[in-house]
This record gives sequence, C-alpha cells and structure tokens, in this order.
Amino acid sequence: MNEAASIHQGDARSVRKWSKMLKGGAMIGGGALAIFGLSRRSKSGIGIAAAGGLLTLIAAKSGEKRASIARSSIVLNSTPQQAYQFWRNFENLPQFMRHLESVTVLDKNTSRWTAIGPLGKHIHWQAEIISDRENEAIAWHSLPGSDVNIDGLVKFQPAPGNRGTILRVHLLYRPPVGALGRSFAKLLGKDPGFLIQQDLRRLKALIEAGEIPTVEGQSHGPRSSAAAMARLLSPDRPIRGRIRLPEALEAQRRVS
Amino acid sequence: MKAVCWMGTEKMSVETVPDPTILNPRDAIVKITSTCICGSDLHLYNGLMPTMEQGDIMGHEFMGEVVEVGGAIRPEKLKVGDRVVVPFTIACGHCFFCRQELWSCCDNSNPNYWIAEKMMGYSPSGLFGYTHMLGGYAGGQAQYARVPFADVGPLKIPDGIADEKVVFLSDIFPTGWMGAENCNIKPGDTVAIWGCGPVGQFAIRSAFLLGAERVIAIDRFDYRLQLAQEAGAEIINYEQVEDLLQLLKDMTGNIGPDSCMDAVGMEAHYTGPVYAIDRIKQALRLQPDRPQVLRQCILACRKGGTVSVPGVYGGFIDKMPIGAYVNKGLTMKTGQTHMMRYMKPLLDRVQRGEIDPSFVVSHRVPIDQAPKMYQVFRDKQDHCTKVVLDPWADGSSIAA
Ligand SMILES: NC(=O)c1ccc[n+]([C@@H]2O[C@H](COP(=O)([O-])OP(=O)(O)OC[C@H]3O[C@@H](n4cnc5c(N)ncnc54)[C@H](O)[C@@H]3O)[C@@H](O)[C@H]2O)c1
Ligand SMILES: [Zn+2]
Ligand SMILES: [Zn+2]
Repeated sequence: MNEAASIHQGDARSVRKWSKMLKGGAMIGGGALAIFGLSRRSKSGIGIAAAGGLLTLIAAKSGEKRASIARSSIVLNSTPQQAYQFWRNFENLPQFMRHLESVTVLDKNTSRWTAIGPLGKHIHWQAEIISDRENEAIAWHSLPGSDVNIDGLVKFQPAPGNRGTILRVHLLYRPPVGALGRSFAKLLGKDPGFLIQQDLRRLKALIEAGEIPTVEGQSHGPRSSAAAMARLLSPDRPIRGRIRLPEALEAQRRVS
Repeated sequence: MKAVCWMGTEKMSVETVPDPTILNPRDAIVKITSTCICGSDLHLYNGLMPTMEQGDIMGHEFMGEVVEVGGAIRPEKLKVGDRVVVPFTIACGHCFFCRQELWSCCDNSNPNYWIAEKMMGYSPSGLFGYTHMLGGYAGGQAQYARVPFADVGPLKIPDGIADEKVVFLSDIFPTGWMGAENCNIKPGDTVAIWGCGPVGQFAIRSAFLLGAERVIAIDRFDYRLQLAQEAGAEIINYEQVEDLLQLLKDMTGNIGPDSCMDAVGMEAHYTGPVYAIDRIKQALRLQPDRPQVLRQCILACRKGGTVSVPGVYGGFIDKMPIGAYVNKGLTMKTGQTHMMRYMKPLLDRVQRGEIDPSFVVSHRVPIDQAPKMYQVFRDKQDHCTKVVLDPWADGSSIAA
C-alpha cells in the first residue's frame, strides 16, 4: 500500500505503518531535496534546503509518541503563482480550512492562528515561515509557547498539459502538550489526511467556482431523531466569514 | 411551502417545510410551475440507492420562474422574473470537467464528494434530490427550490411555449438524446432500445433524428410499446417471445443491432432463475443492481458495435458477460447526462417543431397526489408513462 492509500485507512496500525514508511521515504526524499537545494546555491535554493530540512525533521520527529502526519494534494485550475499568492497570505486560510477561526499576519514571517476545538474551545498558536520559495513552496512551524506543535509544508507545481497547479500539503502534528493541545488532537481525529483533503476540496471550489458548495441550512421535511442526534454529534458547520478572492482569480473565473 | 419528502422506502409524503433561502452567492430561488416524477426517483422510492435520509426533498425535473438571485449572479446571466428550466445536474462551470462539457462530472458541486469517492473512486457532480452521496441537495418536487450555480445551469425559456413542451429539457429529453448520441449512429444503422419508459421514448425519437434507419424497441407494457411504434420503431414485447436474442438476430439478418441501449437500469424485470437470484441478492444488498438488460445488450450487440447505458446503476453487478464484451470488440458509453450540452440545441428543435416532448405526459396532477402517483408510475398502472406535478393546484379534491 502506498502512503496516500494507507493514511486513508485511518486505523492506528496502518497510520503507524504509514508514518514509518514516510519516515523512510521522507528521509530519502527530504534529504535529497535538501542536498539538491544546497547544491543550487541560489537564494531560492536555500528555500528548498529549508523545506527539505523540514521534511527530514518531520520524519525524524514522527517517531515520537502519537505524532500524526497528514498529507494531501489537489489540482487547481489556476497558475502556481495565483495559488501561491493566495496561500502565502495566511489570512486567507480560514476561508477554506474549516477548523481555523482566524489567522492574523503579524509580520513578514510570523502569524497568529486560532482554531476552534471540540466544545468550542479556542486553540491558539503562532507560526513562523521557515522557508518561502515564491510560486513553489512555503514551509512554516509553530513557535514555542503555542497550544499545539505543528509543522506545515505546501508545494505548488505546474500540472502537466497546462491543467493548472498541483498543490501538495504536508502537516505534522507532534504530541500535544496540555489540555488544549489534546483537544486539538481530538479535533483532528483519526484521519487528519482526510480533513486536509476536505479543506483542499473547499480551496479548489473557492478558487475555481468562487464559492464552496453547501447544503447546510436548506429546507427539508421531518428528520428522524436518530439522524438529528448524529448531526448534533458531528455538526457540518458552514464556513464563516466573507469570501475574499484576489481580483486576479476573480477575473480569470469570470472570463473562463 | 409544500414539498414531496422521502420518509423511507415506499413512503413519500407531502410536507409543509420552510421556503428555501439563498445560501451561496451564485444561488437562485425558483418558484416552480411544473415538476415531474422520473424513473430515477423510483430507485429511491424502492429504497435501492444508499444515503437517502428521512425528510429529504425529492425531485430533479422542474421549471419555473426566478424569484431571487444571489449577489454573484450577473443580470445578463439570470435575473428575477426569468422563466427557466433547471437541469438535474449541478455544475460550477469552471472546473476541468465543466470546461470539457462533462457537466455531470463537475468537481465542485458535490459537498459530500467523499461519500461518492468511497463508492466510485471519484465523485460525479451534485444532483437535485438524489441521495446525500450525490450532494444531498433539496429537490424540486416542491413549490420553490434553491438552485446552486444558477448562472450555469438554468436555461431561459421564452414566453408563449407551454411548460409541458419544455419541462423535459430538465432531464429525460437530453438523457434520451445523449443515450442515442452515445450509440454512435451511422447512416443505415439499427438501434435496439431496451425500456420504453420516458427515457426510452426520447431515445427512440432522438435515434431517428440522429439518422438511425431502424429502431427496435423492447418492453413488456403494450401501451408504452404503442407509443414507441407511433414514433416509427419496430416493437418487441419481451414477455411474449421465447428467445429475445434469437429474435434480434433474425430481425437483423444474423448480424445483430449496430448499437444496443439499456434505458432500463438497475431495476430490470425479467423471468427465470437468474432473475430470482438477482432479486434475492438485491434484497440482501449483496448486489445493488439487477443488470439483466445490460447483460442482454452486450450479448445482442453486433461485433464492433456500441452499447449505450443511460439507465442508472448504483453499485456492483454479477455475471457481467465480459467475455462477449471483450471478444466482440464492443464500446460502452455511459453517464449521467451532460445536460448543458444539450438543453439549448434541443430547445431549438422544439421551437422548430421537430419534436413535441409533451407526447410523453400521461398524468398531470396536483402535488398533493405525488405519493399515490409514485406507486401508480412504478407499477405502470392506469397507462402511466410520465407524471407532471402542479405544485400550486389545490389537490386535496381533484381526481387524477
Ligand atoms: N443517465 C441519466 O442521466 C438518467 C436520467 C434519467 C433517467 N435515467 C434512468 O433511465 C432509466 C429509465 O428511466 P424511465 O424514466 O424511462 O423509467 P421507467 O421506469 O418509466 O421505464 C423503465 C422501462 O423499462 C422497462 N423494462 C423493465 N425491465 C425490462 C427488460 N428486462 N427489458 C426491457 N424493458 C424493461 C419497464 O417496463 C419500463 O417501461 C432509469 O434507470 C433511470 O434511472 C438516467
Ligand atoms: Zn430524471
Ligand atoms: Zn465544474
């Protein structure tokens, strides 16, 4: 089974097996990326080196207890440049990442993130960009003193045949400290890859269609009480906040 | 408003529910003037499609007047007061698939895409009133409906042309048309069509319009076969022939029809031990679909011919004659209809008088009678071919 397949299995055993495999794969891939980046000796090469370093770090740390790794990818009908610019402004992320309430950019490289955990608990962390390759990749990690311990990497590659951009996300959640961190882990549940995939589907709809499809709030006849209970336990909350698409994307969508 | 709700297998009920509201900037609200019951709805009525939930609003074949539009709908696309037919497939208009006019494969219209992915690998588009796996959108057997991506789907209809002539542009006319187009018809071709329901009826007429020389229509209800005959088809009542495949051979000089169409789908009726086994498997959920017609299409088709499958299947089948399919070098074409490809050109044909789709209507009743009409339509009682519901007529007293 490949990594992507096994992460969707969701059960603890395959996640363990998977993270072991990723550890091997990322050590090689991440190490190679780091070497490749350094050998290019350009300014952006250092960016690649940092991203590769992050992967290696993810792999090394994933041996720690209960770390979870999520990765997912999606094709977007936009140029890598447009996708990069949209993501690079982290304040855009809550528009499609369901569990993020807000992100505030503090300066060029740091930002403050707030997520909503189970029972509406707020979870805060600060993130710092550790590598930024324009139109290609962004890597960040959470800073000490945060409720959670997260490393993230997003890559933007042109899809073959001019079919847009392949966007890949890797997130590493290390064992959380304290109660808030635990509730964040609970939020992410068994299958963080699935949650990331859902977020990326929302990003895709947002960029391509200008809005995220939803059926929340539509009318219906009397539901059964069992279904009402299930909904209560797993509310499918709609995305909050106004949608702010960059004008360039909006314009492209209008002509296409 | 009034809406036909799915309350369980064989349990439909007209409920009073809140009017729909705009939920997204590209939504519109349509006040429905005509809405229909489809053969596809029967699969839900019979409880054969997974992921229905009690209280779901049914219906995907409707038309009406735009009464509200979301903030992102530009007036040249759609505005309040426009008279529109709404296609049953919901499509964003901008994704990879929409750009290739594979509208029923839109990547951005199914919020529950992940359920469909579990069953099919990738998710098709969202549909109105057709399971949570395909979006969970409230349907159009109601007085109003919310229409997402309303600047892509709805087709504007000029005044002065009756609802009954255009409402079938919402599904079955384009579906029959695409079924025929998928037959890859060449001059002189013979097309055999299983199923003379509304989809089969439009497929027969479309096949002729696309240049078929002969159409052979197969069903067991004489009143439906008669409608097929009126369109110029040769007809076979499969219950009255011993060996359908042999008869098709004889009728085509031992070569077989150039293309065979399955306009029946997952609930084919047939007799004999295989039918009994298929029914039991379906009841036990071992095999969601009863695929006898698909099997026959593959066996009957001439070498190198085409099998077209507008009939709906939901899951997996047994005893697929894959040997015949491979060794005869057949092509199979399928799909939920790519509606927006066909709606405007077919409206033009209606306006030019090439076809009058209202021939298929057998019942026009107030929406209150929908629950009863589901049963009548399913059991093919009262010469029922197509039911059109009037959402606004007061139906408590009027007879069907
Ligand atoms: N692909 C699409 O987008 C699309 C759209 C609409 C409907 N459909 C599907 O098309 C199919 C037909 O729809 P409809 O509205 O015409 O339904 P319908 O139930 O009115 O018609 C089905 C007909 O098939 C006949 N039939 C049953 N078993 C048969 C057999 N063994 N051989 C020959 N005929 C047989 C029935 O007697 C009936 O007349 C359904 O499966 C429906 O879901 C597909
Ligand atoms: Zn239909
Ligand atoms: Zn689309």
